[in-house]
Amino acid sequence: MSATTQSGPAPRQAGTSEPLLVVEDLKVHFPTSDGVVKAVDGLSYSVERGKTLGIVGESGSGKSVSSSAIMGLFHGSNAQLGGQIRVDGTDVLQLSEKEMRGLRGREVSMIFQDPLSALHPYYTVGAQIVEAYRVHHDVSKKVARKRAIEMLDRVGIPQPDQRVDSYPHQFSGGMRQRAMIAMGLVNDPSLLIADEPTTALDVTVQAQILDLLQDLQREFNSAVIIITHDLGVVAEMTDDTLVMYAGRGVEYGPTKEILTHPEMPYTWGLLSSVPDVVGDTSAKLIPIPGNPPSLLNAPSGCAFHPRCTHRDKVPGDLCTTTLPELVPGNRSMGHLKRCHLADPEAIYQTEILPEIAPDLVDEER
Amino acid sequence: MSTTENGDQVATRPEPVAAHAASENPEDARTLLSVENLKMYFPVKSSGLIHRKVGDVQAVDGVSFEVKAGGSLGLVGESGCGKSTTGRLITRLYEPTAGHIRFEGEDIASVPERKLKPLRREIQMIFQDPYTSLNPRHTVGSIIGTPLRIHNVVPEKQVLPRVKELLEIVGLNPEHYNRFPNEFSGGQRQRIGIARALTLNPKLLVADEPVSALDVSIQAQVINLLQDIQREFGVAFLFIAHDLAIVRHFCPEVAVMYLGKIVEIGDRDSIYNQPRHPYTQALLSAVPDVKQAAVGGRRERIQLEGDVPSPINPPSGCRFRTRCPIAQDICARLEPPLLQIGKKHKVACHFPGALGQHPNEPLTAGMLGVDHQGNPDPGASPSPDLTDKPGYDDTWFDLDTRTFGRA
Repeated sequence: MSATTQSGPAPRQAGTSEPLLVVEDLKVHFPTSDGVVKAVDGLSYSVERGKTLGIVGESGSGKSVSSSAIMGLFHGSNAQLGGQIRVDGTDVLQLSEKEMRGLRGREVSMIFQDPLSALHPYYTVGAQIVEAYRVHHDVSKKVARKRAIEMLDRVGIPQPDQRVDSYPHQFSGGMRQRAMIAMGLVNDPSLLIADEPTTALDVTVQAQILDLLQDLQREFNSAVIIITHDLGVVAEMTDDTLVMYAGRGVEYGPTKEILTHPEMPYTWGLLSSVPDVVGDTSAKLIPIPGNPPSLLNAPSGCAFHPRCTHRDKVPGDLCTTTLPELVPGNRSMGHLKRCHLADPEAIYQTEILPEIAPDLVDEER
Repeated sequence: MSTTENGDQVATRPEPVAAHAASENPEDARTLLSVENLKMYFPVKSSGLIHRKVGDVQAVDGVSFEVKAGGSLGLVGESGCGKSTTGRLITRLYEPTAGHIRFEGEDIASVPERKLKPLRREIQMIFQDPYTSLNPRHTVGSIIGTPLRIHNVVPEKQVLPRVKELLEIVGLNPEHYNRFPNEFSGGQRQRIGIARALTLNPKLLVADEPVSALDVSIQAQVINLLQDIQREFGVAFLFIAHDLAIVRHFCPEVAVMYLGKIVEIGDRDSIYNQPRHPYTQALLSAVPDVKQAAVGGRRERIQLEGDVPSPINPPSGCRFRTRCPIAQDICARLEPPLLQIGKKHKVACHFPGALGQHPNEPLTAGMLGVDHQGNPDPGASPSPDLTDKPGYDDTWFDLDTRTFGRA
């Protein structure tokens, strides 16, 4: 595996050896009248060029907030930011809003979940792509328009030379998402953040969009972050996976490792609470009990402890008092987990796997 | 699986887990709901001063199915296929353009609005969005108690005890009846919606995407709750969802809809393991699979080109033909009949077959009295075996022998 999976990115000098995106101990806190909401609290990860990172977690786990921070969307707000976000060696958090504007959309760009609300209803799709291009390139409108048509063609919009003058409402959901992707990629960004890119779409259209994203990534060799709650999407699209809970990473490593040998009870819960299209229908879904915690006053110790069903396997009251570190587990250096359990692999094999995939147990042994 | 066998495991689990078997339809149950050739056309008016009718959105165009008492039928399909409209027709939130909805033998399709009140006790609905389907200015007690008051089920004094009982059934604290919906999380709100639907002891619950607005970990809680309710109270479900995995888990019988029509209907095993319609096959192959992680990369899938056509002006013949990988001339000329091809399996395709083994000649041509291109064949007459009745016959068309017969 690559440097992406090194345990806790150590502070290094910016250079060619560093991954494209390095997030280090990122904190995003929002002061409110009720107290400080710690939306992201000490998050570290990195993504290399040409690689895809999947960020999974429930709503309120901080997955969208952390990526908004990479886009510099909290500049000028009252959010308190800490840590470092280095894009190609530049610390985004230290940039002024003006410098940030030079980076946003050119180096780093983002695809949003709901294309209908992310596109401006009063401007044609073409005008919006042209604007995104001309902000960073000093070209005539004619050249930019040609570029917009080229991009619409690339993302598979039929008759792009005519559809470039359509308004967003004249596009179907899948086409709008394609237009968003075209806009996101018009400046050849080296990092693309896709925030739930297919959640609003139907499965057959989702398959088209995921294929498109993968093709484009290969073509442009960009780094991609996919934020999703669909573990199936993560399994098929990503190289690395970061599982987030209550503003922190709780498990991080190569996707294959995370999904076949998860070591954190929250990841087990995610895996066992979704039915799949081939599994045993007599198996009862095993939900994670309780609700996601409030980030206003997160639970003490491990934030997951009030919902964790394996707490009794940890000696003493470690779970309720001490926050576990995100450290390599027993399997490999690249597989980090934030949990006190001494031998999670054994529990997974004997208790969890028989519940979620009885047919796999024999193969694994 | 027996109750005692599993009873021991209960204590160690996070949630009370009763003996659990796959949800199956009761074998000899009577038919609770029978829908025949149901249609719903929404008129499209021109803009300007005089709103002339310029067309119809054919949201639901001739669907037939049955729901057994205590059973569940899943409706799946992409957005705009008419699955939610079907649900709203059955609860009579809309009046159908044509067709019959027989609930316990009585046709409720054209019962006038004012006579619908008794029906509301029998058929209730669970909505998708727990944020907009609860009145923010009413307390939970008032939301759940209102049906009791409207229908005069219990004396006023007993409303509150019943509300508390219902809250307990759906796993909420009964003492919270005085709170407002905004004090609850999404999953808890959905439980309130379920409690409201259960208030009048309905026989049929129409659940329209009951979990799609919830987080994954909460989805499982709500699905388990619905299954417990079904077992305990014997409620029948019409379960509408776009998530194929959840429908498979919940429903022993599944209907796949495309652009206002049922393209394939059958028991769970037929639809998920032996799909014979190219759309069902494409739909199933498009679902991203967690197990793919062990292999890496993307799963082989059938690519469907383009988007679903507009229901205002649907394609002629088979509505799926514009995106179908195996469409031929006949598909544009004639609509395929919903042909029974198994004990509990019907498919609407001229070329039904296993993936990669679709026949080259239309199997339906002889029955429809046409030649292989779909032109009328003077020598043949349409087969009397074709019906659009709900439910299943004892005889069916066998795909291997290509004849009608009995098992």
